[in-house]
Amino acid sequence: MEILGHLVDGMFIALEPLNIMLMLGGVALGLFIGAMPGLGSVNGVAILLPATFLVPPTSAMIFLAAIYYGAMYGGAISSITLGIPGASTAVATTFDGRPMALKGRADLALVTAAVASFVGGTVANLLFTAFAPPLAHVALDFGDPEIFALMLLAFATFIGLGGDDIPKTLFSICFGLVLATVGIDIMSGEPRLIFGDITGFMHGINFLVLAIGIYGIGEMIWTIDSTRGKLKMTEAVLSVSRILSAVKESMAGWKGTAIGSFLGFFVGILPAAGATPGSLMSYGVTKMVSKNPEEFGKGSIEGVAAPEAANNSASTGAMLPMLTLGIPGSPTTAILLGGMVIWGLQPGPRLFTDQTEFVWGLIGSFYISNFFALIVNLAFIPLFIWMLRMPFTVLAPMIFVLSIVGGYAATQDMHDVWLMLLFGIGAYLLRKLDYPVAPAVLAIVLGPIAEPKLRQSLLFSDGDPMIFLTRPISGPITVIAIILILLPLLKLIRDKFKSRKTSNV
Amino acid sequence: MRRAEIITAVLMALLSIYLMIKSSELNIGIIEGEGPGGGFWPFWLSLGMLISCIWIAINWYRRTSPPSQSTEVYMDSYGMRMLLLVGGGVTAFIGLIHFIGFYGAIPVFLIYYIRFLGRHSWGTTLAISLPAPVVTFLFFDIAMRIVLPKGYLEPLFLPLYDFFF
Repeated sequence: MEILGHLVDGMFIALEPLNIMLMLGGVALGLFIGAMPGLGSVNGVAILLPATFLVPPTSAMIFLAAIYYGAMYGGAISSITLGIPGASTAVATTFDGRPMALKGRADLALVTAAVASFVGGTVANLLFTAFAPPLAHVALDFGDPEIFALMLLAFATFIGLGGDDIPKTLFSICFGLVLATVGIDIMSGEPRLIFGDITGFMHGINFLVLAIGIYGIGEMIWTIDSTRGKLKMTEAVLSVSRILSAVKESMAGWKGTAIGSFLGFFVGILPAAGATPGSLMSYGVTKMVSKNPEEFGKGSIEGVAAPEAANNSASTGAMLPMLTLGIPGSPTTAILLGGMVIWGLQPGPRLFTDQTEFVWGLIGSFYISNFFALIVNLAFIPLFIWMLRMPFTVLAPMIFVLSIVGGYAATQDMHDVWLMLLFGIGAYLLRKLDYPVAPAVLAIVLGPIAEPKLRQSLLFSDGDPMIFLTRPISGPITVIAIILILLPLLKLIRDKFKSRKTSNV
Repeated sequence: MRRAEIITAVLMALLSIYLMIKSSELNIGIIEGEGPGGGFWPFWLSLGMLISCIWIAINWYRRTSPPSQSTEVYMDSYGMRMLLLVGGGVTAFIGLIHFIGFYGAIPVFLIYYIRFLGRHSWGTTLAISLPAPVVTFLFFDIAMRIVLPKGYLEPLFLPLYDFFF
């Protein structure tokens, strides 16, 4: 009951006029960002974070969370009408949403996506409200070794479950962590890794410089290079009565919605996974248990509902470890976590005791933003489809300008703007060779938190690394992390063993 | 693609070695009573980068990673042209900021991109590039009080500041 009281208080905070405006604005912006191919929640949040310095932290966070939410709804719009996902989180929505649109039922697909997103978001909010406070309570007892072990686990999930090339993932993680060490060493006060004695490195590399470089500049160049040709749009015929009848029809996808809502949430919690694999997995599981699996890929309602429920649910799931443990569950939440540090909030379980207004205001806003996203989405689908006609040659330069102005505003140093350009072009070139970039962003955000924890733990144990294995909570976490790191290696050995066996026969 | 893969791995390995040398300027061991020194964490991570690069190179040699098998060109002529026009445009944009400030460089960049790369009409081009610096100024300089660099155009802004503050 205590939780319910907090939740009501939080909703009142979220319903302050400024916050309502920010939620509506954030949701609408998020829908647009999600719908635009080449832009997803992570790009929107990275590029717009510097603009939120204008409002207090709680409102800023509510605004960014609303963008995150809106983007999950918006991704479906282009997946269905253009046949290309508006964001990676909506990839699975193209499988059935596109065929449905080609059959002339774009309206049904769009409505199903919106309704499933709403249900997914709501289920996730309820799960979040129920799980977050007890988890934060448990985490209050965590010491330095436990927190470091959790971070190790976060990176281990990228290696074990990320599905990318392993050495390249490892490279990306280490590189992000090294970048985070540039500047004054906070423990000894000595300057570190000041390349060429350039004073611009003295204040360190702000995570936004890397994040905007990768997700603003790098992503735009990547999109221009990879889309090249023209996109073909399907028109959606929409009217109030058609929407209402489509809402009724979309109920046929309830099973997909249910699977997506729950599976998405739990996959979303894992740091390496997030909304994209969550929606793909939900699509697969729904197809497996469906009575009509043959309809999948041809315009199944369940096939649209499952990934859309999952990506919304996963985005809330990703917030759970971010708020309770200080470990982000997705690249977007990594950037939100970095934002919290800029605003002077200490991420981790103490937020629930020290910053109740911030935490519960944000949780309250989840419920309200989710509702707003549904309404704005259904009401303005024609507008978003119209906006999708905006040529990329108009959108891209505006994103470049926003990225560079935002990058400057974050640190107010032209040195960082140049560095951002370098990171952006570097990220584009590396991405062409399958280097994953998300682990580096997670690493530069977690690095400044992880290093002092490691050093304090080792100071405490006189340099003995066994401290991570012998403590009751950090021990199991470290073991799981090690298993996850070794998982791909074991698979490799097993595959080898198998192929040798078959070649012998 | 195959050649790009190994060249990148070698370049990144060199970067890792540089970072290791740079980290070792500080104490990379464990200091009695103080815990690990300042160079400890970056040194071992840079070593991790180096090991990853060696691993990538081994995969390249054994042709087990997709880019090391690919026969596609890493940068075709479209990609190269695009990178030069877009990347070069953004570089010039940042360079221009040092001379004519954000508010001079923003419209120049937008006109270059929308009109000359995007081939849109002058109407569309100007409808976006002229209001852009005004909106940016109102948001950053006035609302957020984050003063963006103005370069040699600084004197033009003095009357504006007198008006707003």
